[in-house]
Amino acid sequence: MIAYIVRRTLYAIPILIGVNLLTFVLFFVVNSPDDMARAHLGVKRVTQEAIEKWKAERGYDKPLIINEGAAGVGKITGTIFFEKSLALFAFEFGRADDGRSIGGEISARMWPSLAIAVPTLVIGLGVAISFALLLAFFRGSYIDLWGGVTCIIMMSVSGLFYIIGGQYLIGKLWHLVPISGYDAGVYGFKFIALPVVVGVIGGLGSGIRLYRTLFLEELGKDYVRTARAKGLSERRVLFTHVLKNAMIPILTGVVVILPTLFLGSLILESFFGIPGLGSYTIDAIQAQDFAIVRAMVFLGSVLYILGLLLTDISYTLVDPRVRLT
Amino acid sequence: MKQSKNHFLLCGLKKAIHGLFQQTNSAALGVSLTVMKFRSRFVLCLVAALAAGCGERPWNDPYPAADNAQNILYSSFEQRPKHLDPAQSYVENEYALIAQIYEPPLQYHYLRRPYTLIPLAARDIPKAVYLDQDNRPLPENATPERIAYSVYDVTIQPGIRYQPHPAFAQDASGTYLYHALTFEQLEDIRTLADFPQQGTRELVAADYVYQIKRLAHPGIHSPIFGLMSEYIVGLKEYGATLSKAAKEPANQPYLDLVRYPLEGAEVIDRYTYRIKLHGKYPQFLYWLAMPFFAPVPHEADRFYSQAGLIERNITLDWYPVGTGPYMLTENNPSQRMVLERNPNFHGETYPAEGEPEDQTRGLLDDAGKPLPFIDKVVYSLEKESIPYWNKFLQGYYDASGISSDSFDQAVRITTQGDAAVSEAMQGSGIRLLTSVGTDISYIGFNMLDPVVGGLSERARKLRQAISIALDYEEFISIFLNGRGIPAQGIVPPGIFGHVEGEAGINPYVYEWVNGRPQRKSLEQARRLLAEAGYPGGRDAETGKPLLLHFDTALSGPDDKAYLDWLRKQFQKLNLQLDIRNTDFNRFQEKMLKGSAQIWQWGWNADYPDPENFMFLLYGPNAKAVKNGENAANYDNPEFNKLFERMKNMDNGPDRQAIINQMMDIARGDAPLLWGLHRKKFGLYHAWYKNAKPNEMANNELKYARIDTAQRSKLRAQWNRPNLTPLFIIMAVLLLSLAPAVLGYLRKERSPAP
Repeated sequence: MIAYIVRRTLYAIPILIGVNLLTFVLFFVVNSPDDMARAHLGVKRVTQEAIEKWKAERGYDKPLIINEGAAGVGKITGTIFFEKSLALFAFEFGRADDGRSIGGEISARMWPSLAIAVPTLVIGLGVAISFALLLAFFRGSYIDLWGGVTCIIMMSVSGLFYIIGGQYLIGKLWHLVPISGYDAGVYGFKFIALPVVVGVIGGLGSGIRLYRTLFLEELGKDYVRTARAKGLSERRVLFTHVLKNAMIPILTGVVVILPTLFLGSLILESFFGIPGLGSYTIDAIQAQDFAIVRAMVFLGSVLYILGLLLTDISYTLVDPRVRLT
Repeated sequence: MKQSKNHFLLCGLKKAIHGLFQQTNSAALGVSLTVMKFRSRFVLCLVAALAAGCGERPWNDPYPAADNAQNILYSSFEQRPKHLDPAQSYVENEYALIAQIYEPPLQYHYLRRPYTLIPLAARDIPKAVYLDQDNRPLPENATPERIAYSVYDVTIQPGIRYQPHPAFAQDASGTYLYHALTFEQLEDIRTLADFPQQGTRELVAADYVYQIKRLAHPGIHSPIFGLMSEYIVGLKEYGATLSKAAKEPANQPYLDLVRYPLEGAEVIDRYTYRIKLHGKYPQFLYWLAMPFFAPVPHEADRFYSQAGLIERNITLDWYPVGTGPYMLTENNPSQRMVLERNPNFHGETYPAEGEPEDQTRGLLDDAGKPLPFIDKVVYSLEKESIPYWNKFLQGYYDASGISSDSFDQAVRITTQGDAAVSEAMQGSGIRLLTSVGTDISYIGFNMLDPVVGGLSERARKLRQAISIALDYEEFISIFLNGRGIPAQGIVPPGIFGHVEGEAGINPYVYEWVNGRPQRKSLEQARRLLAEAGYPGGRDAETGKPLLLHFDTALSGPDDKAYLDWLRKQFQKLNLQLDIRNTDFNRFQEKMLKGSAQIWQWGWNADYPDPENFMFLLYGPNAKAVKNGENAANYDNPEFNKLFERMKNMDNGPDRQAIINQMMDIARGDAPLLWGLHRKKFGLYHAWYKNAKPNEMANNELKYARIDTAQRSKLRAQWNRPNLTPLFIIMAVLLLSLAPAVLGYLRKERSPAP
């Protein structure tokens, strides 16, 4: 397995370079270094001299990808792309355009993101599995029918609707929790409750449908027929045998998203005023802060690759038939 | 009474949930049991946590319990401020913070209108002394041509002290404690509050001179360095000197500006400094009321230049050091920022005079009382307008603007056409205060464009025709809910040079009918268009329809309605308008290159002087030529000549006459559609006292007062928790499951067939 992990880690390097190059090209197709300088310096009374100074100070006065004026390796190393990308592989994210340390911001902001994402995932998973089991248990009944219809409706509704509706009902009309805001520690529970509830409800429709399908697929297998033939009750069949076997694809599906939980939710954090990494990324895009955008995309790619690797490993743990070579 | 009711409700809830949990536990069915158990426990936890977290206050109170009933003003910010360094900051949301912390020599009177400068840290308003080329004094009424230099001696009040700050902390021998931080000392430092020792010192004239020098600092990028280099003697050369000096190893990391003298800014004595300007520049006094000219102590610059602090994001750009009524004690722009009363504030009293109606409005009730009234100001990050608005209605923000979405809920238009708060708002004691912004939002023509530009009669008439057709009254009504005044020229109301009434209308677009301006008829516009060579919207020579291009960065769904409306305005004259959408970067690039044809732009006053608006039409200030603020690239020699005369004049009939002449020229040339001046609507809760919109002053917080007892009472009254809907939802869910559960039980108990 170690050889497999090493090989996958090495595969990750060209992927990360590719992602970095793509991010770089996409960003600079839309924003030139001059645009970035103007976004930072403001729109009133900005002189070209000030723009040039800003670029020079931050290393944006060099060619983007190829330095025609340089010789040899300098053609590649004397570019914005090379200078800004190399440090990322050592997880040195550098400084944002406002001078603040990006690494420091990420380590501070990942906790609020996790405070929302982890309970949303755990509670959402629990609730979705419970309802999916319920539908599978009452399959073919009116509960299954109307449960399915409700799920489709829930899937069709925009996530923004849940956010605004949740804030309106729970925060504004019923006065149960603050509409938005954040605080760390135990006192922060009342701020987290609403985004978690909204996050759980928002993901419930698709979750229930998926897990119900997995349960029903298992119900059609031979071992279920055997269990029934042995005289086991439907309840026992579902909760003892089917649930256990269906958990394999469910858990491996969850493992892949575990690392990306750090990155938070872009819209949820923005609406609820959660100072997480999701809102950090959105702000950076709006402010044309390439240093942050680049760091967050890189981090997202690394975490996603890590998630895929963990998924492969988790297969070997839950299913002894799988071997990684 | 309220407390005991809440307590009772909570106990009842816990009992009910406990009972529910027990009932569910006794059920035979596993699946229902699992779900119900989980839900019951979750709700129980939720309620228990709410009870623990909220105590006796409203459950939805977003602020810590310790702040309850404190003398705190609650506000919000939408975007994190980029700069808090007074040499760099130039944006409204940044001024909202630093104007409470830094004290420039002058300020605007809070209540008087028109806007009037009064001393802040200065002892009095400095008077200019004019000198000729040989530095010989000239009389006050010397003509601008004779004036080579203007000299301002600014004397500040003695005894003003800085806020407590570690940069000033010294040991018994007078050595600064934190100017050479060691690795060990830095270990426990995360924010400025982590420094155990704080110090202060008296404000001196040298601090103001030091800040003027900072405008030229190569690492600071002050936005007004370019402008001030034209006026402050030697500042341009000073910038070059500093750029060179900054590269020397001896000046790393701290470039001590005290060692580099600047001819145009020098210390006369402990409390007096002198600023020497090229020529006559009466508007300079207004700049002295802006944070660019606030004092910065050299100790702070030296302290913040340490690499260990920069690594920890502890910089002057992030932690201001001032003498004002407040100091920034928490700077977490991803969550909240907090201003607290500066214990060393020198003291100032509430103004005793204002406009005649201020007395009846209760704005003079606090006359003579010491400022500031509020102990602490909490700004919370609120990016979206909906939660912000709802929290204002719940009483968790003390004041609010009004977004278009909330306008109908907040405002009603009276039969007289005036705006007033809606009945629901009135019932909550919310007040509406309006003011006309010292700004202008306009549509402009690129005067370098071969079709719409130039000063030819043909182009002029084309622009005049479009000016008539584009109905700004309709725009204000549809898109701004009436929150605007159609502009008759470039100078907004409330600023010298603006003329009210018939004499002040734009005669090329309006007629004076029944005591009010009325837009000219479309027929007149069509006639002008025909005279311009485009009868019926077609080029008389080629017969082709005239196609015009509107360059814009507006592309959101809300903007589509506006762009459609705009197209329709041009269609009134049979003119085709092509909307050229692009992103803001490309739009700016087009403007810089002068390749946009028709576009929308705006300007917000730096200071209340017509020069600050007229310069938007001054030829040598053209955007495409000199990267100036004349976005239309308008260049009329006659206008330019008059501007050069007008800009240095003192306000009076002579200046007004020249402004009138300039406006006649500009209105005829019509480089802009003049657009509108925005009306600003602000809502204030009943407990917010002394609110009066002031478009020029940014340091208004010190005048505000909060009735905290009334706020606490109303908040509790407006935010009683309501759990009934939750129980109804749970009951419906359980009831909907009942038939299936019963059916299953029946099936399980029945014998096998």
